[in-house]
Amino acid sequence: MAVRLQREDFDIGAEIAELTQGRTDIGAVATFTGVCRADNEGHRIEAMTLEHYPGMAEAEILRHVEEAQARWPLFGVTVIHRYGRLVPGDNVVLVVATSSHREAAFAAAEFLMDYLKTRAPFWKKEERAGAAGWVEARQADDAAAQRWRQAGRRPGAAE
Amino acid sequence: MKLLYFAWVRERVGKPEEEIDPPPNVRTIGELMAWLSRRGEEYAYAFENAKVIRAAIDHAHVKPDTAIAGAREIAFFPPMTGG
Repeated sequence: MAVRLQREDFDIGAEIAELTQGRTDIGAVATFTGVCRADNEGHRIEAMTLEHYPGMAEAEILRHVEEAQARWPLFGVTVIHRYGRLVPGDNVVLVVATSSHREAAFAAAEFLMDYLKTRAPFWKKEERAGAAGWVEARQADDAAAQRWRQAGRRPGAAE
Repeated sequence: MKLLYFAWVRERVGKPEEEIDPPPNVRTIGELMAWLSRRGEEYAYAFENAKVIRAAIDHAHVKPDTAIAGAREIAFFPPMTGG
Protein backbone atom coordinates (compact mmCIF):
# COMPACT_ATOMS: atom_id res chain seq x y z
CA MET A 1 0.00 0.00 0.00
CA ALA A 2 1.43 3.36 -0.90
CA VAL A 3 0.04 6.84 -0.22
CA ARG A 4 2.10 9.73 -1.56
CA LEU A 5 1.56 13.47 -1.64
CA GLN A 6 3.87 15.31 -3.99
CA ARG A 7 4.35 18.41 -6.13
CA GLU A 8 5.76 16.41 -9.05
CA ASP A 9 3.81 14.64 -11.74
CA PHE A 10 3.41 10.85 -11.62
CA ASP A 11 3.96 8.13 -14.23
CA ILE A 12 0.86 5.92 -14.40
CA GLY A 13 2.68 3.08 -16.18
CA ALA A 14 5.46 3.05 -13.60
CA GLU A 15 2.92 3.01 -10.75
CA ILE A 16 1.06 0.05 -12.30
CA ALA A 17 4.35 -1.80 -12.84
CA GLU A 18 5.28 -1.20 -9.21
CA LEU A 19 2.16 -3.15 -8.14
CA THR A 20 2.24 -5.88 -10.77
CA GLN A 21 5.85 -6.79 -11.56
CA GLY A 22 6.90 -10.29 -10.61
CA ARG A 23 3.33 -11.39 -9.81
CA THR A 24 1.02 -13.78 -11.66
CA ASP A 25 -1.96 -13.69 -9.29
CA ILE A 26 -3.31 -10.27 -10.36
CA GLY A 27 -6.20 -10.44 -12.80
CA ALA A 28 -7.36 -6.82 -12.65
CA VAL A 29 -5.72 -3.42 -12.39
CA ALA A 30 -8.11 -0.46 -12.10
CA THR A 31 -6.72 3.05 -12.30
CA PHE A 32 -8.38 6.43 -11.96
CA THR A 33 -6.57 9.61 -12.92
CA GLY A 34 -7.99 13.02 -12.04
CA VAL A 35 -6.89 15.78 -14.42
CA CYS A 36 -7.04 19.58 -14.08
CA ARG A 37 -9.79 20.91 -16.41
CA ALA A 38 -9.72 24.25 -18.22
CA ASP A 39 -13.30 25.10 -17.26
CA ASN A 40 -15.53 24.92 -14.20
CA GLU A 41 -19.25 25.61 -14.67
CA GLY A 42 -18.62 27.84 -17.64
CA HIS A 43 -15.64 29.73 -16.22
CA ARG A 44 -12.25 29.45 -17.86
CA ILE A 45 -9.58 28.26 -15.41
CA GLU A 46 -6.00 29.42 -15.97
CA ALA A 47 -4.54 27.43 -13.09
CA MET A 48 -5.37 26.06 -9.69
CA THR A 49 -3.42 25.76 -6.48
CA LEU A 50 -4.01 22.77 -4.25
CA GLU A 51 -3.45 23.36 -0.55
CA HIS A 52 -3.32 20.39 1.82
CA TYR A 53 -2.92 19.59 5.50
CA PRO A 54 0.39 17.72 5.75
CA GLY A 55 0.19 14.80 8.14
CA MET A 56 -3.60 14.60 8.20
CA ALA A 57 -3.91 14.17 4.43
CA GLU A 58 -1.69 11.06 4.49
CA ALA A 59 -3.43 9.73 7.61
CA GLU A 60 -6.93 10.25 6.22
CA ILE A 61 -6.15 8.62 2.86
CA LEU A 62 -4.46 5.71 4.63
CA ARG A 63 -7.55 5.16 6.81
CA HIS A 64 -9.67 4.84 3.68
CA VAL A 65 -7.14 2.56 1.95
CA GLU A 66 -7.34 0.29 5.00
CA GLU A 67 -11.14 0.38 4.85
CA ALA A 68 -11.03 -0.52 1.13
CA GLN A 69 -8.75 -3.46 1.94
CA ALA A 70 -11.21 -4.64 4.58
CA ARG A 71 -14.13 -4.40 2.14
CA TRP A 72 -12.63 -5.95 -0.98
CA PRO A 73 -9.99 -8.62 -1.68
CA LEU A 74 -7.21 -6.35 -2.96
CA PHE A 75 -3.57 -7.18 -3.61
CA GLY A 76 -2.30 -3.63 -3.75
CA VAL A 77 -3.41 0.00 -3.67
CA THR A 78 -1.49 3.14 -4.62
CA VAL A 79 -2.86 6.65 -4.08
CA ILE A 80 -0.93 9.73 -5.23
CA HIS A 81 -2.30 13.25 -4.76
CA ARG A 82 -0.45 16.28 -6.04
CA TYR A 83 -0.38 19.71 -4.40
CA GLY A 84 0.87 23.13 -5.43
CA ARG A 85 0.05 25.00 -8.63
CA LEU A 86 -1.38 23.00 -11.52
CA VAL A 87 -2.51 24.07 -14.97
CA PRO A 88 -5.21 22.54 -17.22
CA GLY A 89 -4.06 19.19 -18.55
CA ASP A 90 -1.93 18.41 -15.49
CA ASN A 91 -2.51 15.21 -13.56
CA VAL A 92 -3.98 15.82 -10.08
CA VAL A 93 -4.67 12.46 -8.46
CA LEU A 94 -4.05 8.79 -9.16
CA VAL A 95 -5.65 5.70 -7.63
CA VAL A 96 -4.47 2.22 -8.62
CA ALA A 97 -6.11 -0.92 -7.20
CA THR A 98 -5.18 -4.52 -8.04
CA SER A 99 -7.17 -7.68 -7.39
CA SER A 100 -7.89 -11.12 -8.82
CA HIS A 101 -11.05 -9.86 -10.50
CA ARG A 102 -12.32 -6.59 -11.87
CA GLU A 103 -15.28 -6.01 -9.53
CA ALA A 104 -13.11 -5.45 -6.46
CA ALA A 105 -10.54 -3.35 -8.34
CA PHE A 106 -13.18 -1.06 -9.91
CA ALA A 107 -15.17 -0.72 -6.69
CA ALA A 108 -12.13 0.03 -4.53
CA ALA A 109 -10.87 2.70 -6.92
CA GLU A 110 -14.30 4.38 -7.03
CA PHE A 111 -14.74 4.15 -3.25
CA LEU A 112 -11.32 5.73 -2.66
CA MET A 113 -12.00 8.59 -5.09
CA ASP A 114 -15.39 9.32 -3.51
CA TYR A 115 -13.75 9.60 -0.09
CA LEU A 116 -10.74 11.56 -1.35
CA LYS A 117 -13.16 14.18 -2.65
CA THR A 118 -15.05 14.66 0.60
CA ARG A 119 -12.76 13.59 3.48
CA ALA A 120 -9.12 14.15 2.46
CA PRO A 121 -7.96 17.63 3.57
CA PHE A 122 -7.24 19.31 0.23
CA TRP A 123 -8.58 22.63 -1.02
CA LYS A 124 -8.51 24.00 -4.57
CA LYS A 125 -8.10 27.66 -5.35
CA GLU A 126 -8.79 28.54 -8.97
CA GLU A 127 -7.23 31.36 -10.97
CA ARG A 128 -9.62 32.88 -13.50
CA ALA A 129 -8.63 35.83 -15.68
CA GLY A 130 -6.93 37.86 -12.98
CA ALA A 131 -9.11 36.74 -10.07
CA ALA A 132 -8.65 33.86 -7.65
CA GLY A 133 -11.25 32.05 -5.59
CA TRP A 134 -11.67 28.92 -3.49
CA VAL A 135 -13.63 26.12 -5.10
CA GLU A 136 -16.85 25.29 -3.23
CA ALA A 137 -17.58 21.75 -2.13
CA ARG A 138 -20.19 19.99 -4.28
CA GLN A 139 -23.19 18.24 -2.76
CA ALA A 140 -22.94 15.62 -5.48
CA ASP A 141 -19.57 14.60 -4.05
CA ASP A 142 -21.05 14.18 -0.56
CA ALA A 143 -23.84 12.07 -2.02
CA ALA A 144 -21.31 9.92 -3.89
CA ALA A 145 -19.39 9.23 -0.69
CA GLN A 146 -22.57 8.66 1.34
CA ARG A 147 -23.86 5.88 -0.91
CA TRP A 148 -21.02 3.61 0.30
CA ARG A 149 -22.53 3.84 3.80
CA GLN A 150 -25.90 2.56 2.65
CA ALA A 151 -26.75 -1.09 3.12
CA GLY A 152 -27.02 -3.08 -0.07
CA ARG A 153 -24.67 -0.86 -2.11
CA ARG A 154 -21.47 -2.82 -1.80
CA PRO A 155 -20.28 -3.75 -5.27
CA GLY A 156 -17.78 -6.59 -5.32
CA ALA A 157 -17.92 -6.94 -1.53
CA ALA A 158 -15.44 -9.34 0.02
CA GLU A 159 -18.04 -11.39 1.87
CA MET B 1 -2.54 23.71 22.12
CA LYS B 2 -1.63 24.38 18.53
CA LEU B 3 -4.26 25.67 16.10
CA LEU B 4 -3.96 25.34 12.33
CA TYR B 5 -6.05 27.11 9.69
CA PHE B 6 -6.42 26.18 6.04
CA ALA B 7 -7.75 27.68 2.79
CA TRP B 8 -10.12 30.63 3.31
CA VAL B 9 -10.19 30.15 7.07
CA ARG B 10 -6.41 30.73 7.05
CA GLU B 11 -6.75 33.75 4.76
CA ARG B 12 -9.44 35.33 6.94
CA VAL B 13 -7.63 34.73 10.24
CA GLY B 14 -4.46 36.02 8.58
CA LYS B 15 -2.08 33.33 9.81
CA PRO B 16 -1.55 29.61 9.21
CA GLU B 17 -1.08 28.58 12.85
CA GLU B 18 -0.78 29.77 16.42
CA GLU B 19 -0.49 28.53 20.00
CA ILE B 20 -3.52 29.22 22.20
CA ASP B 21 -4.50 28.61 25.78
CA PRO B 22 -8.31 28.80 26.00
CA PRO B 23 -10.01 29.16 29.40
CA PRO B 24 -11.31 25.96 31.07
CA ASN B 25 -14.95 26.73 30.24
CA VAL B 26 -14.14 26.21 26.55
CA ARG B 27 -14.71 22.48 26.36
CA THR B 28 -15.76 21.57 22.80
CA ILE B 29 -14.86 22.38 19.21
CA GLY B 30 -18.04 24.47 18.92
CA GLU B 31 -17.20 26.41 22.08
CA LEU B 32 -13.65 26.93 20.83
CA MET B 33 -14.95 28.43 17.56
CA ALA B 34 -17.26 30.75 19.54
CA TRP B 35 -14.35 31.78 21.80
CA LEU B 36 -12.05 32.38 18.82
CA SER B 37 -14.66 34.48 17.05
CA ARG B 38 -14.61 36.92 19.99
CA ARG B 39 -10.85 37.48 19.71
CA GLY B 40 -11.05 40.08 16.95
CA GLU B 41 -12.54 41.14 13.65
CA GLU B 42 -10.49 38.69 11.59
CA TYR B 43 -11.66 35.77 13.76
CA ALA B 44 -15.26 36.97 13.74
CA TYR B 45 -15.05 37.04 9.92
CA ALA B 46 -13.41 33.61 9.67
CA PHE B 47 -15.95 31.96 11.98
CA GLU B 48 -19.05 34.00 11.06
CA ASN B 49 -20.67 30.93 9.54
CA ALA B 50 -19.36 28.29 11.95
CA LYS B 51 -21.74 25.64 10.61
CA VAL B 52 -19.77 25.27 7.37
CA ILE B 53 -16.35 25.04 9.04
CA ARG B 54 -14.89 21.59 9.57
CA ALA B 55 -12.49 20.63 12.33
CA ALA B 56 -9.88 17.99 13.05
CA ILE B 57 -8.19 17.00 16.30
CA ASP B 58 -4.77 15.40 15.95
CA HIS B 59 -5.33 14.59 12.25
CA ALA B 60 -8.82 13.07 12.57
CA HIS B 61 -12.16 14.66 11.61
CA VAL B 62 -14.34 15.65 14.57
CA LYS B 63 -17.81 17.12 15.16
CA PRO B 64 -18.60 20.46 16.88
CA ASP B 65 -19.61 18.69 20.11
CA THR B 66 -16.28 16.83 20.39
CA ALA B 67 -14.32 17.65 23.57
CA ILE B 68 -10.98 19.38 23.06
CA ALA B 69 -9.40 18.12 26.31
CA GLY B 70 -6.02 16.51 25.59
CA ALA B 71 -5.82 17.76 22.00
CA ARG B 72 -2.31 18.65 20.80
CA GLU B 73 -3.31 20.05 17.41
CA ILE B 74 -6.69 21.37 16.28
CA ALA B 75 -7.32 22.42 12.68
CA PHE B 76 -10.17 24.47 11.20
CA PHE B 77 -10.91 24.46 7.48
CA PRO B 78 -13.67 24.73 4.86
CA PRO B 79 -15.34 21.67 3.30
CA MET B 80 -12.71 19.77 1.34
CA THR B 81 -12.35 20.04 -2.44
CA GLY B 82 -9.52 17.66 -3.34
CA GLY B 83 -9.53 14.73 -5.73
